[in-house]
Amino acid sequence: MKHRTFFWFFLPTGLAMLLFIALPLVSVIIQSTHAPHEAVFRTVENCGPFGCVEETTIDQEATRAIRDAEPLGRFVGLDIYLDRGHLAAQEVGEAWANRESIGDFLSRLGNLPFYRAMAFTLTYTFTVTPLLIVLGLMIALAVNTVTQRLKGFIIFFSLLPMIVTPLVGSLILFWMLDSRGVLGTFIQWAANDPDLSLKASTPLTWAMLIVYGIWSSAPFAFVVFYAGLQTLPQDQIEAAQIDGATRWQQVKYVIVPHLMPLVTFVALIQLMDNFRVLEPIIGFNAQAHATSLSWIILNDLGGETRQLSAASATSVMTILGVAILLTPVLIRTWRDFRSKT
Amino acid sequence: MASKAQRAPLGLRLATGGFVVVWLILAAFPFLWTLWGSFKVELDFFSIADWTNALTGENTEKVYGTPFTGAGYRGAWVQEEFWRAVINTFVVCFFVVCTSLTIGTLGGYALSRSGFRYTFWLLIIALIFRAMPPVTLVSGYLLPFFEWNVWGILPTAIIVLVAINQPFTLWMLHSFFQNIPKELDESAKVDGCTQFQAFRHVIVPVMWPGVITTGLFSFLLAYNDFVVTAMLLSESNRTMIPEIAAFLGTTQTEGNVMFAVAAVVSATAPLFVLVMFFQRQIVSGLTAGAVKG
Repeated sequence: MKHRTFFWFFLPTGLAMLLFIALPLVSVIIQSTHAPHEAVFRTVENCGPFGCVEETTIDQEATRAIRDAEPLGRFVGLDIYLDRGHLAAQEVGEAWANRESIGDFLSRLGNLPFYRAMAFTLTYTFTVTPLLIVLGLMIALAVNTVTQRLKGFIIFFSLLPMIVTPLVGSLILFWMLDSRGVLGTFIQWAANDPDLSLKASTPLTWAMLIVYGIWSSAPFAFVVFYAGLQTLPQDQIEAAQIDGATRWQQVKYVIVPHLMPLVTFVALIQLMDNFRVLEPIIGFNAQAHATSLSWIILNDLGGETRQLSAASATSVMTILGVAILLTPVLIRTWRDFRSKT
Repeated sequence: MASKAQRAPLGLRLATGGFVVVWLILAAFPFLWTLWGSFKVELDFFSIADWTNALTGENTEKVYGTPFTGAGYRGAWVQEEFWRAVINTFVVCFFVVCTSLTIGTLGGYALSRSGFRYTFWLLIIALIFRAMPPVTLVSGYLLPFFEWNVWGILPTAIIVLVAINQPFTLWMLHSFFQNIPKELDESAKVDGCTQFQAFRHVIVPVMWPGVITTGLFSFLLAYNDFVVTAMLLSESNRTMIPEIAAFLGTTQTEGNVMFAVAAVVSATAPLFVLVMFFQRQIVSGLTAGAVKG
């Protein structure tokens, strides 16, 4: 295909991505180094019958004028990244200097919004991903032994937790886990504690969110592994059997190695997807106990005061996090490409 | 296909069978429970006294005379005007799917037919864009959209969703077009067609299976989107998912949780139907990237 033809074919989609992904990205990075203008103050002397008083008021007009003239705000360099809402350089330094123990230092870090969000995001990402792979593999192995007629039916229901909107899925679970809902009642009965409420405790809220994460993503792993099982060469299994491998050994030494490329694929995709966890926190109304980087961005952007600069700085740091998780994928793709050409 | 030696002992078969049943219950029960409960009053769905009330609808019967009531649905659809959100959602989904398939097909086709090195780098850039959480881009949209006065309207959200959708669409369609033999359109070009004519008359007639699969995922992305629609649409233009999120804020205090429950069930129903009819395509789409990579 000639360069010219390629250009015209690719133009619409390239333009869409350039205008609405690449440019906003640049704009986010620029925005993150600019803080909103401070209000302009005006000091007036008010003289009345009881003498003169100096009064400082906000000059609304001048403030608006300067904000309209430069909607980006004033350039502050990396200040926003280092302020209390983000990396909190000063607070972290103080906490480190005044620490009594490492645990004390960590708990102080936990009070800073960015580190609090980071703690949950990382815990969520790195517990949900391995667990959902294990569960997905177990389901795939089990479903593979079921008779053909039932498979379509099982796959239909298995897809549901993944296909439904994350917010809707988390709400459905949340209502059931409510202390007045059916699962909540069951848990109270099982724990023999009629006042137990999952919403009220931080560890239980985290557990609830992690369970949701596994529930909603395991189907993806299941479907991928199930497709992989269909391409499993039968003669390898038979050979292993003739050599006297038990069922467990067949799984461990034949099936799992065969699926290994798929496991890496699912792991890489899910690490990136779980890192952006947001909807479950909103659905479970869990922001008091668990926040994520995405949640901080949405929270800064929502409401009356849209804190664009703060949100941009968090966005840039989220993108950096995703970039770190993405590196192995890129290396893999590059290697594939090199081996093909 | 299973030889006699492959046959599992009874105990193992029971165990795997049991496991499948447990998973089925885990996957399906929450939906069935919520569907059943959406026809009850709040005191039954969130029952303090006795959880079986949610099944029998004791309080619902006291209030309405029957164990089932559509009050939640009436409240959500009529009183809170959820139907507006439903219409908005389908407008957004329709245009997002059509636009992203049109431009994505052209782009994906070009990527699969051009042997130059830059196609690889374009695909890598698309992969990076695919990995970026949409929420990180939103703060970049707001300021220009306010300046140009296009914030809050459906076309803006549609264009943004199309753009966010492109990386994924390109990857899917690129790998799909690569499986269509190059000889097909090459021979058309030998016969004197231009590249576009070859595409129009030779490729378009055979591309539908791949396009339908990709279209399904575009639809799901637009339908399930929360961040972009919540931040870029004004209150009157909201789609279903941000509307449900807004319900949570208002109804929990007014004791109208059942409105939200009804809205959630309403938003799930189209997806149910979708999975029922397109299960095969969804599964093949999910595995396409994996089995190749």
